[in-house]
Amino acid sequence: MDRRNFLKTAGVACATAAGARSAAADTQEHKPEEFIGVLVDTTRCIGCRSCEVACAMAHNMPVPDPKTDGALEAVRTTSETAWTVVNRFDTDAGEVFVKKQCMHCWQPACAAACLTNAMKKTETGPVIWQSDKCMGCRYCMISCPFDIPKCEYDHWNPRIQKCNLCWERLQEGQRPACVTSCPTDALTFGTKRELMEIARKRIYTNPDKYVHKIYGEFEAGGTGWLYLSAVPFEQIGFRTDLGTTPYPEYTRDFLYAVPVVFFGLPALLYGLSQLTDRDGSGTGPDPKVVAETTDHQAAH
Amino acid sequence: MSATHTSPPVQGTFRFIWNEMKPRPPFWTPFNMISIPIIVVGMVILVYRFIYGLGSVTNLNQDYAWGVWKGFNVITGVAFAGGAYALCFTVYVMRLEKYKPIIRVTVLNGFLAYVFYAGALILELGRPWNILNPIIGNDFGYNSVLFLVAWHFLLYIIAQFLEVSPVVAEWLDAKKAYRVLYAMTLGLVVFGITLSFLHQSGLGALFLMAKPKIHPLWFSEFIPILFFVSSIFAGISLVIVEGTLSGRYLKEHIGIPEAQSRAILFGLAKGAAIASFAYYFFKLLLFLHEGHWDLLGTGWGLWYLVEVFGLTLLPCLLFALGYRHRSLGIVQTAAWLSLLGVLINRLNVSLIAFNWESVNRYYPTWMEIVVSLTVVLVEVWVFRWFVTRMNFYPRPRAARAHTADGVPAARLVETA
Ligand code: SF4
Ligand code: SF4
Repeated sequence: MDRRNFLKTAGVACATAAGARSAAADTQEHKPEEFIGVLVDTTRCIGCRSCEVACAMAHNMPVPDPKTDGALEAVRTTSETAWTVVNRFDTDAGEVFVKKQCMHCWQPACAAACLTNAMKKTETGPVIWQSDKCMGCRYCMISCPFDIPKCEYDHWNPRIQKCNLCWERLQEGQRPACVTSCPTDALTFGTKRELMEIARKRIYTNPDKYVHKIYGEFEAGGTGWLYLSAVPFEQIGFRTDLGTTPYPEYTRDFLYAVPVVFFGLPALLYGLSQLTDRDGSGTGPDPKVVAETTDHQAAH
Repeated sequence: MSATHTSPPVQGTFRFIWNEMKPRPPFWTPFNMISIPIIVVGMVILVYRFIYGLGSVTNLNQDYAWGVWKGFNVITGVAFAGGAYALCFTVYVMRLEKYKPIIRVTVLNGFLAYVFYAGALILELGRPWNILNPIIGNDFGYNSVLFLVAWHFLLYIIAQFLEVSPVVAEWLDAKKAYRVLYAMTLGLVVFGITLSFLHQSGLGALFLMAKPKIHPLWFSEFIPILFFVSSIFAGISLVIVEGTLSGRYLKEHIGIPEAQSRAILFGLAKGAAIASFAYYFFKLLLFLHEGHWDLLGTGWGLWYLVEVFGLTLLPCLLFALGYRHRSLGIVQTAAWLSLLGVLINRLNVSLIAFNWESVNRYYPTWMEIVVSLTVVLVEVWVFRWFVTRMNFYPRPRAARAHTADGVPAARLVETA
């Protein structure tokens, strides 16, 4: 495909022209902070849903009652009143429980989609939503490859609801509520580098227990949440067809082309209009005059 | 305008505008009878929507964040408004004078389409009171396609307004303003075409990140180009349809001689044939490149073939046929079919083949449909108001002057 190269060249040209602050410049500057995340070891999860309860309490959402509500019977998605849910899957290795929530992508589609930066990748990694900026366009919902952001349709002033990795608790130096609530250490909090080391070590020391893949290492460009599993990830509700390209990448060519077109096309059009201007009449005959001429013709 | 002579000019102008705001007889036309109830109900639904939230009137769900207001009014409506930039290019850049008699009305149509259809975006915003955020910098989401589309909509509406303004100045008899505004035309046109190119393709680029959600027969990394090219013939088709309808219902306001209007129409048909063939060819190439032959056997494949052959290639051939045989009927059929084709394509990308595996399928409520129609009908009302008051068409001589009581002379001539 030549187009890629063309656009690349065009992109470079425009980046030079528009300076470093090109409209599309989204490159991750190297910050001293490392992105944080959580490692989920699905082989340890017992499906007690303490994390759901802790999350609901930490964020003023309706608190589920895991003993009686029978929610594990069906596979659920997160919702505007539940930032995280635990699902049960019947697999080759028997029952497996999987916690689901925002993946806190390294290059989040939702934040790239957001035209007000209401969805924001913070410097330490959590992707948060800011109510004073959001206009409720829901483009983040369209773009997220994991279908995570949810909208409060039944409210006159709807919020976009998704896991924020307990941003407010992190500010106070605490760990996310779900992590602290987990009775089996299925959830481990840390920087992605630490988590990758822990995950690899678990696979190496128990090569028969785990599939040799860490979900989230590369998916959609890499995510803050990482998963270990005893069975192939398709069997426990993960999409494995999302690719390893960061999602903002898909619109980058287009965005790079915009400044080029914005400055190039008018010049081209203007030049063309000068070429076609045979009688040097500028904009050409006034439509009003044309109208009247037409009118005379009509009268005859 | 005898009244204006006795009062100060500004006051006179206001009185003139006030008089012109009033509807003109005949009032009890079938169009009015049908559209008024729909508009009234649509307005009530909208009030309800803003008090009780989107969920109270729409079937939007967490898998379908955008419904018909976005898929039909915004995404399709804006494509249909593509005629304005296509004709501006032809008339002002290529200087094909033949199309000049319809340029004003087409630009008006484009302007109103953007005000109403891009405006329909606001109806679907959950928090429309924050709509100015990306304009005032709270924050500038530079890396968002929607950010660019929103800015381009705004700038384009302003450019189109200025392009239309000389006609308004002429109506108000403001000669100096007319000259100044008219002198800006070429600049505005060049700017407008650029913005159109960017946001027509931008509407397609919105779906690039939805790659895993759109059925593989409809997803392509070239969606922006497909959207842009199809907006050309969608726009031309709309000009043809609009011309046919106005020719029938607004006859007394239009003074384009028969021969010339035929020449324009067949010229447009030729343009539409070429543009839609380019589009069809490109679609074909993309299909061959992706090679999803296995998918053609499924229900989705059939639906795809209907779109590509029945609603893209067929109208394209009909345009060519109608042009060759100089047949008005065939060209009009082609135009309607081709509009339907672009409508189906946009709905496929944004709704039907979007999240095609989802169990929470979205079907619009009757209320969403009424609101969608309301947006279109109000636009038609406003359009009709403009073209019956101002010289958007070359007027028949008699209609250009108004009699003392504001009744257009055309009507007097007609009844005489
Ligand atoms: S999972 Fe979705 S909502 Fe969460 S950061 Fe990634 S793109 Fe955003
Ligand atoms: S709904 Fe809000 S958070 Fe989501 S993209 Fe739109 S403005 Fe951003």
